[in-house]
Amino acid sequence: MPKRDYSLLGPDGARAVETGLAAAEWYHSEVPRKVMKDLMQRSDAPAIRDTLLLYGTMLVSVTIAIWLWPSWASAPFWLVYGTLYGSASDSRWHECSHGTAFKTPWMNNAVYQIASFMIMRNSATWRWSHARHHTDTYIVGRDPEIAVMRPPELAKLVLNFFGVIDVIRFFPNLVYNALLGPNPEERTFVPQTEWGKVQRVAIIHLSIYAATVALAFWMGSILPLMVIGLPRMYGAWHHVMTGLLQHGGLADNVVDHRLNSRTVYMNPISRFIYWNMNYHVEHHMFPMVPFHALPKLHEAIRHDLPAPNRSIAEGFREMWPAFRRQLAYEDYFLKRELPPTARPYREEFHAISPGTPAPAAPAPNALPAE
Amino acid sequence: MTWTAACTTDDIDPEDLIRWDHAGQSFALYHSPEGAFYATAGHCTHENVHLCDGLVMGHLVECPKHNGQFDYRTGEAKRLPACEALRIYPVKVEAGQVWVDLP
Repeated sequence: MPKRDYSLLGPDGARAVETGLAAAEWYHSEVPRKVMKDLMQRSDAPAIRDTLLLYGTMLVSVTIAIWLWPSWASAPFWLVYGTLYGSASDSRWHECSHGTAFKTPWMNNAVYQIASFMIMRNSATWRWSHARHHTDTYIVGRDPEIAVMRPPELAKLVLNFFGVIDVIRFFPNLVYNALLGPNPEERTFVPQTEWGKVQRVAIIHLSIYAATVALAFWMGSILPLMVIGLPRMYGAWHHVMTGLLQHGGLADNVVDHRLNSRTVYMNPISRFIYWNMNYHVEHHMFPMVPFHALPKLHEAIRHDLPAPNRSIAEGFREMWPAFRRQLAYEDYFLKRELPPTARPYREEFHAISPGTPAPAAPAPNALPAE
Repeated sequence: MTWTAACTTDDIDPEDLIRWDHAGQSFALYHSPEGAFYATAGHCTHENVHLCDGLVMGHLVECPKHNGQFDYRTGEAKRLPACEALRIYPVKVEAGQVWVDLP
């Protein structure tokens, strides 16, 4: 079996377009129109409450951390601040990019811009990147947000719990964007009308980082970087932990989110940080349902979905061995069983494997989940 | 131009839309909060997603996939990733019947 080519400019992406796998019509569970309209209704209240709690906790924790600096007694407060900065910003970026977190557009945009800066993503580029992720979820050569490519590079996954790989990739691209606009791959999914915006955002982000570094040199201390920049590394662990569970070890090149996404029950603190994105099958199937309505959506369609993982730990116990098997056999994936109440998978939609020219037979790469 | 019967006024709830397929084309028909009716092309101009599963908020319809938004009265794209306007069609209501003027 040929190796997967994840480049957006490579042959797998071109093949996905030829075979109709790109921009395909995806499976979705049946939900009565009136129920779905209720679920999609927007409200400012839940997001305002959570945003005040988030930024308030960040302000208190960083104030105490600075006050105690450089004592080790400041460490727990940096952990709180960093986790909210380097992980909660991921979910805020995500929900606000969908435009569903708040009812009021300017609130979505304001939190989106702040969160994009914290999570080190160009707000102009990543809006389009995430649109593509929803159009072509885990379609090889089309989806620019595949977190775990096959075969998995486990060392890089572990390093990314501390943001190492993301940050190493971010800064050279930030400089490139500031000087030249989107890079060639980004130009495949960012329309030309937005290229100038990509460059302007990069210049603003770069200027803030440059000012922070200059302040650190002037003070002779890394304290400014502990507040801006470094939390993206020492606080990244939670968003990487939850992010890997979204699609890790599951199928690629399918058009049914029940096959390539994972719903995991989580504790309330993680759900606050992650803004309910643990209901990930539901989110992908109906991306316009706001975070606060996802538990209700889950109840409405759970009869049609694979059983959710009962905890983060259970999710990792399922996913990690799949990663290890993919090291030796990259076509391996976890095929999740559907309950008897669910509509079955349509195997004929899932027959396109990387490197094969056209759909012909039921997916040969499915092995039973362990 | 041909006036074609599309649905009755009772077929669409206020501040909602339905899908209408006719002669190999797909459309979206809207019932505005103040009781007027409108028609647009059925698919989002950003990607091939039908708007019929989207949410109508006032005079905006949002694509159910990526939240591109359009003013369904004018077709104007109001939120990225939608950049191109939606095609609109004249509508009239007679005796409880919604008619769409098709090219």
